[in-house]
Amino acid sequence: MSDNTHDHHDVIAEIKKVTIILSVLTIVELILGFWMIDITSEGLRLGIKGVIVILMMAKAFYIVAYFMHLKHELKNLIMTIIVPLALFIWFIIAFISDGNSFKNLRNNYDRRFKEQSTIQVKQEEHGAKHEAAGSAHGEKATETKKEEHAAGEHH
Amino acid sequence: MGLHICIPILGRLTPKKVGYFYSNILDSQYFCTEIETEMSNVTTASTKEAKWWNGGKSPFDVEYGKVMMWYFLMSDAFTFGAFLISYGTVRFSTNGWPDPNKVFKSFPFAPEGVNAPLVFVSIMTFILIVSSVTMVLAVHAGKMMDKKGVVRNMIWTIIGGIAFLSCQAWEWNHLHHEGAWWGLNPFINADGTASTTNFTNFFFTITGFHGFHVFSGVVINIIMLIMTLMDKFEQRGRYLMIEKAGLYWHFVDLVWVFVFTCFYLL
Repeated sequence: MSDNTHDHHDVIAEIKKVTIILSVLTIVELILGFWMIDITSEGLRLGIKGVIVILMMAKAFYIVAYFMHLKHELKNLIMTIIVPLALFIWFIIAFISDGNSFKNLRNNYDRRFKEQSTIQVKQEEHGAKHEAAGSAHGEKATETKKEEHAAGEHH
Repeated sequence: MGLHICIPILGRLTPKKVGYFYSNILDSQYFCTEIETEMSNVTTASTKEAKWWNGGKSPFDVEYGKVMMWYFLMSDAFTFGAFLISYGTVRFSTNGWPDPNKVFKSFPFAPEGVNAPLVFVSIMTFILIVSSVTMVLAVHAGKMMDKKGVVRNMIWTIIGGIAFLSCQAWEWNHLHHEGAWWGLNPFINADGTASTTNFTNFFFTITGFHGFHVFSGVVINIIMLIMTLMDKFEQRGRYLMIEKAGLYWHFVDLVWVFVFTCFYLL
């Protein structure tokens, strides 16, 4: 029984440790998010986003390893879970770069696509407030937006 | 080169015959030891690699239902992964995208037009983390056969789940009143150009799918609580089902880590 209580304290200590780590990582993520609001430099924004993604992976690791207890399982079970998930490395690289390439191709060869992304639209700040009454009005707002869209195309 | 990496994995993970075949190519000694072991029925140190899969010993050393829960969660991870990757792909193939800090800036009971980006969603995130912690505590209490601890922590977990769902319901309702829905996007891109409905479509689909998982998790947790109160697990002598429900609940929290980052921070 004394062995059991010793184990008990170890587990509780681990849960506390992981809770603190997860909270700290989340707070750091949020601080970076707040900091990013006022940053306009694209390079710096990209760097912060990279850091946020790394923090996200760290959080995922702590949840899976300790909360889901995977770290304390046999290596056979760990491998049967982790190895298939390694496919994601390829998925992410392949699909994201494909999306990026599609954007570049369209910007180069699809003039309309390129034009669409340079036309400025007015934000209906006040419109949004009036819509608080019901969803039917929300549809109206989009229609107005579409009209603006169409007007933009005529130029 | 690739074949060489493949073979040892196959040798370990596939049924016995395939294992024999491949390992025989790689290491003829292995084959001999196999026969010796079977004849003398003694496990020797040299067969340490293979003996997990020779029977007589549980290679994963977890209960069947738990292994299946892991495999289900793996398939679910691929579903969510596919959603999030398609979102990323579409976002990377578009020139502009709405600024999440301008879209998700409202807060319940705050005056209309309040500018509080990230505040509400950070509360949602912490609710889910805390409910995940209470779930671990419930699982641990179950291992200690502490019924009162299980009941207390399960109630907290359920409250956390319901609180998260309420937050999400409020947010969806608010966005809907602003004119956002599947196929409707009242927001403009961060650079002031017109946005497509991809933004709202992905947002509602992915957070909706996650919210549905949270809802299922709450239902499962309520069933677990009722079973605990009915002494089902006391009679069985173990709280294994709490552990399986716990795995599912942590997975829901795990997915939120990705959804939260992809939609609200990036």
